[in-house]
Amino acid sequence: MFKRIEEDRRRAVEIFVEGQSVTAREGDTVAAALLASGLDVRRSTAVSGAPRLPYCMMGVCFDCLVTIDGMGNRQGCLVPVREGMRIEIQKGKREIGR
Amino acid sequence: MSRDYDVAVVGGGLLGSAIAWGLGRLGQRVCVLDEGDMVKRASRANFALVWVQSKGLGMSAYTRWTVAASNSWPRLAEEIREQTGLDVCFQRNGGFHLALSEEELAQRADTVKRMSEQPGGAAYHFEILGHAEVAKMLPHIGPEVVGGSFCPLDGHVNSLRTFRALHTGLARLGVDYRPDHAVTAISYTGGGFRLTTAGGEIASGKVVLAAGNANETLAPMVGLTAPMGPTRGQVIVTERTAPFLPHPLTTIRQTDEGTVMIGDSKEDALDDSEARLPITSVMADRARRTFPLLGRLNVVRSWAGIRVMPKDGFPIYDQSQTCPGAFVACCHSGVTLAAIHAYELAPMIAAGRLDPDRTGAFSARRFAEAAKDGTDMPAGPHGAWAQEKRNVQAH
Amino acid sequence: MTSIPQRDAYDVVVIGAGPAGLAAAALTAGAGLATLLVDENMGPGGQVWRAITTTPVKEKRLLGDDYWAGQRLVDDVRASGAEILQRATVWSLDRTLEVGLSIDGGARLVRAKRIILATGALERPFPIPGWTLPGVMTAGAAQTMLKSSGLLPQGRVVVAGQGPLLWLLSAQILRMGGMIDLVLDTADRRNRLRALPHLPPFLTSPYFFKGLAMMREVRARTQVVGGVTSLAARGSGRVEALAYEAGGRRSEIPVDVLLLHQGVVPNVNLAMAAGVRHRWDDVQLCWVPELDERGESSVAGIHVAGDGAGIGGASVAVHRGRIAARAVIEALKPEAGLALADHATLASELARAERGRAFLDVLFQPARQFRIPADETVVCRCEEVTARDIRESVALGATGPNQLKAYRRTGMGPCQGRLCGLTVTELMAEARGRTPAEIGYYRLRAPVKPITLAELASLPKGEDATKAVVRG
Repeated sequence: MFKRIEEDRRRAVEIFVEGQSVTAREGDTVAAALLASGLDVRRSTAVSGAPRLPYCMMGVCFDCLVTIDGMGNRQGCLVPVREGMRIEIQKGKREIGR
Repeated sequence: MSRDYDVAVVGGGLLGSAIAWGLGRLGQRVCVLDEGDMVKRASRANFALVWVQSKGLGMSAYTRWTVAASNSWPRLAEEIREQTGLDVCFQRNGGFHLALSEEELAQRADTVKRMSEQPGGAAYHFEILGHAEVAKMLPHIGPEVVGGSFCPLDGHVNSLRTFRALHTGLARLGVDYRPDHAVTAISYTGGGFRLTTAGGEIASGKVVLAAGNANETLAPMVGLTAPMGPTRGQVIVTERTAPFLPHPLTTIRQTDEGTVMIGDSKEDALDDSEARLPITSVMADRARRTFPLLGRLNVVRSWAGIRVMPKDGFPIYDQSQTCPGAFVACCHSGVTLAAIHAYELAPMIAAGRLDPDRTGAFSARRFAEAAKDGTDMPAGPHGAWAQEKRNVQAH
Repeated sequence: MTSIPQRDAYDVVVIGAGPAGLAAAALTAGAGLATLLVDENMGPGGQVWRAITTTPVKEKRLLGDDYWAGQRLVDDVRASGAEILQRATVWSLDRTLEVGLSIDGGARLVRAKRIILATGALERPFPIPGWTLPGVMTAGAAQTMLKSSGLLPQGRVVVAGQGPLLWLLSAQILRMGGMIDLVLDTADRRNRLRALPHLPPFLTSPYFFKGLAMMREVRARTQVVGGVTSLAARGSGRVEALAYEAGGRRSEIPVDVLLLHQGVVPNVNLAMAAGVRHRWDDVQLCWVPELDERGESSVAGIHVAGDGAGIGGASVAVHRGRIAARAVIEALKPEAGLALADHATLASELARAERGRAFLDVLFQPARQFRIPADETVVCRCEEVTARDIRESVALGATGPNQLKAYRRTGMGPCQGRLCGLTVTELMAEARGRTPAEIGYYRLRAPVKPITLAELASLPKGEDATKAVVRG
């Protein structure tokens, strides 16, 4: 959905999305890295299971919810990527203990 | 005098709605007079338990009434589902009260014992379980849970959907729901009632006061009394979570939507404008010790609400001697008692007479009699739970 | 920059590191007041100067002078001695001026003698059919990605709506080599006549030339359709097409990314939860806090500055930040206030910065159909409640947003009404034949942003609180 500009000289950061290696850049938020990954990163809602992608990217809409390093329902647009970070797409309700 | 309605129900919360719904299905012409958007709303802030265990310590009639209410809940849930298509998710899967120390468990066991020894109560199954037995039914409990009490009659419901279903049902039954009609005066003339409201005057043959704590000021207008002792409670709600909690607890339950509700504190305070953080923190801490995995969940809301609470914690149902046709109803457990309000109390009101065998014990005359006898009535605000706690601590 | 607060109590806590917060914190800290500046994002700048210290977009012309103007304010605050906490979420603020912070999964409370709320703006809800489909985002979201990560929307891109940000974003995307298939302008042409009385000051304001230049730049490089009166996104599982109507003609175009925008409104959640009184603004069509001329609210000690006090844009925000800061300095350390420009000077600077806004406010009032949607459209994105659900609840007796929660759970999800609140107020007002002011807003309470139960459990408790909960 999104592509990077060529002049982007920031350091590469490797993250794993559903186990798949994705190259993000230092300073990306998780949500931005996912939208730039080319992968299908649609979550599904806890109410009806409808597919969603981030809407506001500024921390207010909660449509970027994602599981980060085993912790469910985190706002992907507020969390910076870190080397080796493990991301899972949030499907429906969060599970207890995740 | 022209009568707009057979019955005017003052208060559109769960109590008033259940009574109005019960009257409507008997073919009565009914209106429900309610307030506006920002008023205190106990039934929009409740904990949604349909609860039997430990209700009625000190008044066995209340135990019987509660068991009967719980028994008729399946009928109510089914009838409103047929009428409105809305599933209120009534579940009677048994409920727990868990203890986080041996002392708490001993207190609970004592309450159970005294409940079962109370003459005139209803006999129902009720047991004290240790940690291992509780863990079989609630696998996520933490090591600090020493045990608890379990009663298979306990359950819960989606109370907001119950509220909406009753209101949808009221519309189907032709009952007029009138918000922004706060009642300021009631007069009794020519065998009927005139209610002065923020939205104009209403005339009715009968009037039912179901306005929660406001009943205390409304009741004297029709020759009744309703001594109230409201308390403040706080609730914490988490994000929606996949089902993990198969039984409700007195203080923690998972809703059919997946959110986890955590309650309830009790303070003698009447300001519901903000939840107090230290109390929120104690509640959160106990919930996390009960189910350690809850600690990871996001809290999306918390609020303080004012409990409707008759002064001694037990329901008040009464009819006026001086203004025949005027009734008062107030109770803490508007959710638990909704079915009996619809199926038993409403027909009595329609017939114009409360049945002394069923509701006699709940007359507000008990307060006057207690005062006359010099019986030790609770002086401050006390709920059923507070009553229980007091009794427990006396031992 | 610190990662946890260094003290339990401050003279001033400034919430939000956008234009107003940066300007305010630099002044209060510079005057020697113990100042904590907290902000939810990774770096300072707010939304308008998003990622100003880290953006990969280095060529200045691409993001424009107004963006880079923020650098000086960031430098000033960093030199001022203010303690700056990034990635700190404020989830609670009360009348005692106790601030609840969540930092890296840990909750903390700090006290302040004064609070400056600079929580800025958020984009006005744009509830059209299909606005919840994947691929539909706000223009602000695209701009955030562009500034902070140098990301450009890809595929068939349509930008729809109105207002200065819509044109700025389009210009930035095009300058950076991105493609936009179509810009659909929903500005209501009937507003032009109504805005006319406000035209003269606008013509002499910087908005005029900047705005014209930007629109020219966009029109030169992509197709623009004006007078758009309806929008509907369609698709199965993601946005695939956009149907629209302009000048009575219906069209439908394929689309991969749809960027929506119809102006910004104050982000009032925290202020409302703190008990700050708000009023309905009939021109900006949103809630704004009731403030005195020094930015102090109805809650003693809480000042509001920047777009959170009413939309004015970055430069107005800076001036409002300074005015609030001066009032705080005067209250806490009067001798330091003497060295600052007096209030009359600050007020006249603010008036100069506000010149031309009145024209924009009227010109860009969104049309009714884009604020109060048709029945099928989702209004509450979190609980997935449609306009029909809300109208039916009104028919059943719901009188306002708080009653509506009981009927439909609107506003009870994690966004806490930020994306549905204005729509709900206006929709219920229309359905009930009342004004938005009469209908009111959600009653908001802490936590205004979700925090974990473990964080809540870690807060100070005290014996009274324990007694109120623990029972046998």
